[in-house]
Amino acid sequence: MALLEIEDLHASVDGHEILKGVNLTLNAGEVHSIMGPNGSGKSTLAQVLARRETYAVTQGRVLYDGKDLLGMKPEEAACEGLFLAFQYPVEIPGIGNAYFLRTAMNAIRKYRGEDELDAMDFLPVFRERLKLLEMDDALMNRSVNEGFSGGEKKRNEILQMAMLEPKLAILDETDSGLDIDALRIVAHGVNAMRSRERAFLVITHYQRLLDFIVPDFVHVLVEGKIVRSGGPELALELEEKGYGWTEAQAQPA
Amino acid sequence: MSGAIEAEMRRETMATVAKPMDNYLEAYGELRALERREPEWMRNLRDEAWELFREKGFPTTHDEDWRFTSVAALARTPFRRAASHAAVTAKQIEAHRLDGSACRLVFVNGRFAPGISDARSLPAGLEICSLARALDCGMEGCAPTGIEQQLGGYADVHRDVFVALNTALWEDGAYLRIRRGAAIKQPVHLLYVTASGDEARMIHPRTLVIVEDASQVAVVEDYVSLGEGAAMCNSVTELVAGQDAAVSHYLVERENLASFNLSTLRVELGRGARLASHSMLLGGGLVRNNVHPVLAGEGAECLVNGLFVGEGRQHLDNYMLVEHAKPQGSSRQFYNGILDEQAHGVFHGRIVVHPDAQKTDAKQTNRNLLLSDEARIDTKPQLEIHADDVKCTHGATIGQIEEEALFYLRSRGLDEVAARNLLLYAFAAECLERMHEAPARAFAEALIRKRLLEMARRAHPAARLADQDEKAQNWEEVG
Repeated sequence: MALLEIEDLHASVDGHEILKGVNLTLNAGEVHSIMGPNGSGKSTLAQVLARRETYAVTQGRVLYDGKDLLGMKPEEAACEGLFLAFQYPVEIPGIGNAYFLRTAMNAIRKYRGEDELDAMDFLPVFRERLKLLEMDDALMNRSVNEGFSGGEKKRNEILQMAMLEPKLAILDETDSGLDIDALRIVAHGVNAMRSRERAFLVITHYQRLLDFIVPDFVHVLVEGKIVRSGGPELALELEEKGYGWTEAQAQPA
Repeated sequence: MSGAIEAEMRRETMATVAKPMDNYLEAYGELRALERREPEWMRNLRDEAWELFREKGFPTTHDEDWRFTSVAALARTPFRRAASHAAVTAKQIEAHRLDGSACRLVFVNGRFAPGISDARSLPAGLEICSLARALDCGMEGCAPTGIEQQLGGYADVHRDVFVALNTALWEDGAYLRIRRGAAIKQPVHLLYVTASGDEARMIHPRTLVIVEDASQVAVVEDYVSLGEGAAMCNSVTELVAGQDAAVSHYLVERENLASFNLSTLRVELGRGARLASHSMLLGGGLVRNNVHPVLAGEGAECLVNGLFVGEGRQHLDNYMLVEHAKPQGSSRQFYNGILDEQAHGVFHGRIVVHPDAQKTDAKQTNRNLLLSDEARIDTKPQLEIHADDVKCTHGATIGQIEEEALFYLRSRGLDEVAARNLLLYAFAAECLERMHEAPARAFAEALIRKRLLEMARRAHPAARLADQDEKAQNWEEVG
């Protein structure tokens, strides 16, 4: 059984249709990349999958781990193991990073009927993951994302992912705004998480990220539809020919 | 009793229909009839204050200082003087304990309750007793030296009729004196309990805190109700901080929703003295909190920090008057408000910089979260600057809980109620960061958590809400 099956997904915001029939299937263990020009609906797809209510699904269905994803609230999807790394991570003044992480982990554990973590369970893992992402301990006592640089925010997203250990991780333009060093660190964090049980949906505008996180499949989203799918070589082809090439291809459709 | 009052009382009692204000006259008469050996000057203060109150009556919303707060409902309610000690046991107030306090004075319906107070082992340099006792300990001339310059010397009966009413009608309160150079590490807890009965009661606690040069103390004034009945609590605190003294004052209002609570904190800051005033308005039906520090010495500093949380039909009015009288002073005001349902909040922040007060640095910030369409905030900064070399800024914001932040938390597994609650807590908790006395801060934190949990439970009765992790916070310190 596939981990994620998207069938004919249509979604709109404020009456504007943005996704116009997306079909996509992911299996556990796979890394898929979605590329596409600005405004093609990449982030909308990510947000719909993470169940943001500001997007209305008008048609189609999504099965996640055999369950109806579109019937879930954001927290249910999260507790079922879906994780979205935000394109623009939100600053939450007044809530400590470490505190927030542990609150999130315990919410998920509670949902699954597991015991709450205590400090002794949490801290060793936490420290190890911090090291993986080359993050400063001091950031963890600060408020969530508050006063973080762009790179720190993105690394913090990957840190959260590493702690929450999702089954399906969606990375929404995690590479945007990163310099090459930060990109390497983030990619390293993601690669360390790759496993046979876990799938990734990596959304990006640039091929560059895919040099570091090598996908199994690449899909091109244009005007709310996937117009082409292929292997990693498709990303290179896109880089060479530009999105105009796929848009031109989309025309007859 | 003076002849004029007697005559007036006779006249009033002959009237067939009770007029509004009769109840105050009656209370005043009762008080005068008590055999208290008060110093002459105190009696004179009371008489003067009473005359002022009688003349002026209660303010209306035409009065600029009361524009957003109507006290009509208060004026209509015939509050009576709380006649005697209600029987309150130690067990009943156990829940209101402040862990880690140096001592605790409990006042029930405005009167000192020694049986449930705890001032057994006082730190060196701290003198504390009930104010009534300080003025009358059974010996002639026992009142502390200089007290007549201080008691009533700062809180201005002409400025505010509630101060006048308190001055005329106070029966007890706390008297504290911190000896020169003494540092009192643990906070002093003053618990004012209103035990409501069948009738609406009024109490007028009066507190005097003398913080001598270079000494240090934290005082927590805590107002609570026992029972659900209506009451008025109208308190006045005068706090005098000597040169280089450091003082923290906490006001916690957590009375029942039928309560009217008016409080005035008047602080006189000497040269280089520092004040941190923290107000938390969490309960009460109609609440007016006046904070009035005067930076009367060069280089004095003050922080006026506040949080108000209202729901239902609560009305929470924060009135600040920060007066810079001497050069090189700095003041900071930070107030956060959370208002739900039809609650109404007021932030009136007035800063006066007198001609002498060059190099003043004053800043004011008021942030508000409105959780419903019917909640309302009136925020009014008022800067009056009579010096030319000063830095004064103010800012106010009004917002809602951001959908984006809510979604972020939910996408990490927190359910909607928990996520909202966490965001509200984070907003409210900003005031905690400015509290430096650990026991008082822990006390404040627990109260804020409790209040927000109550609100969340009210708004979402179906949700199962855990008592939000006190464990968790401790634990973070481990990490």
